[in-house]
Amino acid sequence: MAPALGIMGLFFAGPIIWSVYIAFTNKALTGVGAQHPKWVGFANFTHMFQDPLFVHSLVLTAIFVIGSAIIGQNTLGFLIALLERGKNSFVTRALNTFIIAAWVMPEIVAGFCWYAFLYQGGTLDTFLQHFGLSQDWLYTTPMLAIIIANIWRGTAFSMLVYSAGLSDVPAELLEAAKVDGASQISLLRRVIIPLLRRSIVTNLMLITLQTLASFTLIFVLTAGGPGEASQTTPLYIYQQALQLYDISYGTAMCIVLLLIGALFSVVYIKLIRVEEVG
Amino acid sequence: MIGVLSSGERRAARSNARPRSRFRITSPRIMAARVSAYGVLALIAVFFIAPLLWLVLSAFEPAASVGSAAPLVLSFSNFAKVLNWTTTYKPLINSAILSGTTAVITVVASLFAAYPLSRYQMRFRKPFLYTIVFSTGLPITAILVPVYSMFARFNLVDNMSAVILFMTATSLPFGIWLMKGFMDGVPLELEQAAWVDGATWLGSLRRIVAPLMLPGIMVITIFTFVSQWGNFFVPFILLESQSKFPASVSIYTFFSQVWAWSTTGSWRRSRFCTRCLR
Repeated sequence: MAPALGIMGLFFAGPIIWSVYIAFTNKALTGVGAQHPKWVGFANFTHMFQDPLFVHSLVLTAIFVIGSAIIGQNTLGFLIALLERGKNSFVTRALNTFIIAAWVMPEIVAGFCWYAFLYQGGTLDTFLQHFGLSQDWLYTTPMLAIIIANIWRGTAFSMLVYSAGLSDVPAELLEAAKVDGASQISLLRRVIIPLLRRSIVTNLMLITLQTLASFTLIFVLTAGGPGEASQTTPLYIYQQALQLYDISYGTAMCIVLLLIGALFSVVYIKLIRVEEVG
Repeated sequence: MIGVLSSGERRAARSNARPRSRFRITSPRIMAARVSAYGVLALIAVFFIAPLLWLVLSAFEPAASVGSAAPLVLSFSNFAKVLNWTTTYKPLINSAILSGTTAVITVVASLFAAYPLSRYQMRFRKPFLYTIVFSTGLPITAILVPVYSMFARFNLVDNMSAVILFMTATSLPFGIWLMKGFMDGVPLELEQAAWVDGATWLGSLRRIVAPLMLPGIMVITIFTFVSQWGNFFVPFILLESQSKFPASVSIYTFFSQVWAWSTTGSWRRSRFCTRCLR
């Protein structure tokens, strides 16, 4: 176990402990703080919650997570899994190939793919010019652009989780409900969703964790702009810490992001039953 | 069907002539449902295929733009421009080195870490496994700032081996978790037989357990390789010289050189200040 523990201790646990120390100092990449970091207590944290841009970035992150993961990927993935039940296997397999291709391609490629599609003079724009609707979608609707791009990229995961879950729903139960005169809607609401509750909660946890830390896609598409219109917390941290060189402030924000992630991670662990851990 | 028939008729339809009459009565409705389901699936297919299609089309388009205009001309000139040592081949080799080495170290280290977790009763086994699952959920983006400052402190920025070790540290939790799961599937009796014949634990791991869980090992290798192949953020932050960039980063630098990022803007941390930190 020693090698694994050593690597994880040095490069995973190490930075986390280091970050707790840095967050309470005024360490920076330039200026006085670079040479002689001083202990500043909770100053970084009090500054953080008075910083309108940080609060703004948290709100944007929440919109991004709720819009693209919880509403977008989750609902669309469920819908696809539901619609594909009992359909022609050639059609569903062809569709799944494309959905999964969007998921497995490197995030940076997915980003440029959507950039090419949305920027002024790009595909969508060229198409809409015929209707006199030319605009730079990344400039006018940056949040919508990154949300849609992220839905496109991440739906495959939810779809796979739900089609696995749906294949475990016993056919007899559905038959019995139909015989009792249940409509499609109540079949879904009273039988399928309660049976899938575990997959739904697990899926929501995992996609929230993934989306929370999403950086590359947003960075390529809008780089947080225009202005701060799509600057989610990871991008704001990047800007503060690695472009404005305020390492300690960036690290303090990292801890907040890490704590939010840890909260979801704890819920996720509770969901994985103790027997599974062994 | 329910709306059309009275309750008596419905009961009769259900009990008596169910197989034949049910088909005849419900078929228009089922047809409508199937058609609309395929319609929705077709819309979803368009959403997923369009950006991918334009990625491929614009790659073959001779005009130097990302978007693809209507008159399509197939041309390999773009490929000819890009396929050279500095833009494509060297970054691809770097990617292969980074993700390949990470995958190999991850597999070997998690094999050794999973063995005692799967085979021995240890007091700290359960807390350790919980920690592993917990850390698979942590947002890696959030520890990159402290990692960067740690790397800068110990003069490891732009050092490929250090980047590989960091990537390994982030892929280990999931690797160990998967590896333990696969190893639990190898029967203990086989190993006990080997022990009786005088094998050491290392011998039985190498000759009995590892060969039997080869498919699992391949899964972990491929998963780690693919996820690090697409990793943009880690090498983007921790590497500096062009000659060490993997493909994921060189795509980005290529675009930002060629492209005028007019409205959205893009920034790259200057190299000057990394030096002041050291």
